[in-house]
Amino acid sequence: MIEQLARLGRTGLGILERLGRGHLLLWAILAGSSSLLRRPNLLIAQMFAVGVLSVLIITVSGLFVGMVLGLQGHYTLSQFGAEESLGVVVAASLVRELGPVVTALLFAGRAGSALTAEIGLMKATEQLSGLEMMAVDPVKRILTPRFYAGFLSMPLLAALFSSVGVLGGYLVGVGLLGVDDGAFWSQMQAKIDLHEDIYNGVIKSIVFGVVCSWIALFQGYDAVPTSAGVSRATTRTVVHSALAVLGLDFVLTALMFGD
Amino acid sequence: MHEDNAPLVKIRGLRFSRGDRVIFDGVDIDIIRGKVTAIMGPSGTGKTTLLKLIGGQLRPDAGSVEVDGEDIQTLNLKRLYRLRMRMGMLFQTGALLTDLNVFDNVAYPLREHTRLPESMLRKLVLLKLEAVGLRGARDLMPSELSGGMARRVALARAMVLDPMMVMYDEPFTGQDPISMGVLLKLIRQLNDASQISSILVSHDVAETAQIADYIYVISGGKVVERGSPEALSGSRSPWVQQFMRGLPDGPVHFHYPAPGLEQDLLPQ
Repeated sequence: MIEQLARLGRTGLGILERLGRGHLLLWAILAGSSSLLRRPNLLIAQMFAVGVLSVLIITVSGLFVGMVLGLQGHYTLSQFGAEESLGVVVAASLVRELGPVVTALLFAGRAGSALTAEIGLMKATEQLSGLEMMAVDPVKRILTPRFYAGFLSMPLLAALFSSVGVLGGYLVGVGLLGVDDGAFWSQMQAKIDLHEDIYNGVIKSIVFGVVCSWIALFQGYDAVPTSAGVSRATTRTVVHSALAVLGLDFVLTALMFGD
Repeated sequence: MHEDNAPLVKIRGLRFSRGDRVIFDGVDIDIIRGKVTAIMGPSGTGKTTLLKLIGGQLRPDAGSVEVDGEDIQTLNLKRLYRLRMRMGMLFQTGALLTDLNVFDNVAYPLREHTRLPESMLRKLVLLKLEAVGLRGARDLMPSELSGGMARRVALARAMVLDPMMVMYDEPFTGQDPISMGVLLKLIRQLNDASQISSILVSHDVAETAQIADYIYVISGGKVVERGSPEALSGSRSPWVQQFMRGLPDGPVHFHYPAPGLEQDLLPQ
């Protein structure tokens, strides 16, 4: 009994300690922000690795999600004779929810896991220690540009996802199922609100960008420097990011639209 | 600034432990300027940890580590980094940045810490690469280098800021005889030509004894013997004799502690 309690206590302390280390790392990353002004090319290189290289998976996924929304939305709306509202349904679902959330999940799988593996391997091969001994701060030099790259790429990728998704919905709804072209666009234009829908979606994706990049970098930096340790850290990045994104999505949705 | 005959690194009463395991328990070491000092001992005695303590990557539990008259523990990050710019370190794996080629790896500390024009930087890097015999490999990526070549590139990088000392972490591990010979020659030559001090951590007895001026043997968290290679080979300590001559049995037993063989094999 006492042993179980002690084990529970140790686990709890371990979690709190990791949380503490995570926050200290985030603080150190943010404190190094000014170094990016001196070396903007570090950020640009990471924007390419994290953002541009994720464009294909985001575009293809966005297209399919939009097409499915077109099919499902049309099926439901046609039961009420409201097929013309398909544009609104597709666009609202995408910009409010699916764009930010699915993009963040894909980002965690594609870019987050890659970041963790990269940083973890740099630690395992003593590259991070090597930088420290060359009097270069690895947090500023390696982590800060990757953090900002993730945080800036996420809203852009989410916007791309939503735009391609709307096109997917249009292809299926108008091209395949015969919804009126003009109604599709005009209803969307009339009903989608810049503040209510689009800004809130952008805020969500910024929050997800911060959280996913933070988790990925922390897991890599805190990984046990062995092959098994890096592999566990990579798995944790995807699992923790997915849970954090879905949990935070609920909280943010409740705050934004819950009145 | 400091007397020339004062030791470059002065370690006094060093204590360091990881969890419950005591790694160093009252260690005193002096690293003399301009010499190659070797720290030897069996695997797992914390030789690499010692280098990290000298470089300020770890903090001791007690005792002091002074480098060039500065107490590592009292330095803030900025001053520690300034001191590290005068220390070179060669890691066991080389620790080259895998996304940069050989030239850019060696140029890296210069680009980070100086504002030299590219033409001068190129000359400096090529001279350092020439010194380790790899000027022709400047465009190769780290993945295209053999283990020995990677260490030589790392050595060129460690030397590029003209440090006052270089620390070598197990430089001979896993090297073929030719690479080993090259590294031995380079360590001694760079030490003498650039008038730097070298700290060599290793358990390769014969190779280390060839080039070291002074050797510390560490075991069980303490310095068990110190002296020139000749003095050590004549040591009367049975443990040092076993270590220096690589004997399979002696004070360090061949068998891991176990119950008697009969007890284990015969049926109860």
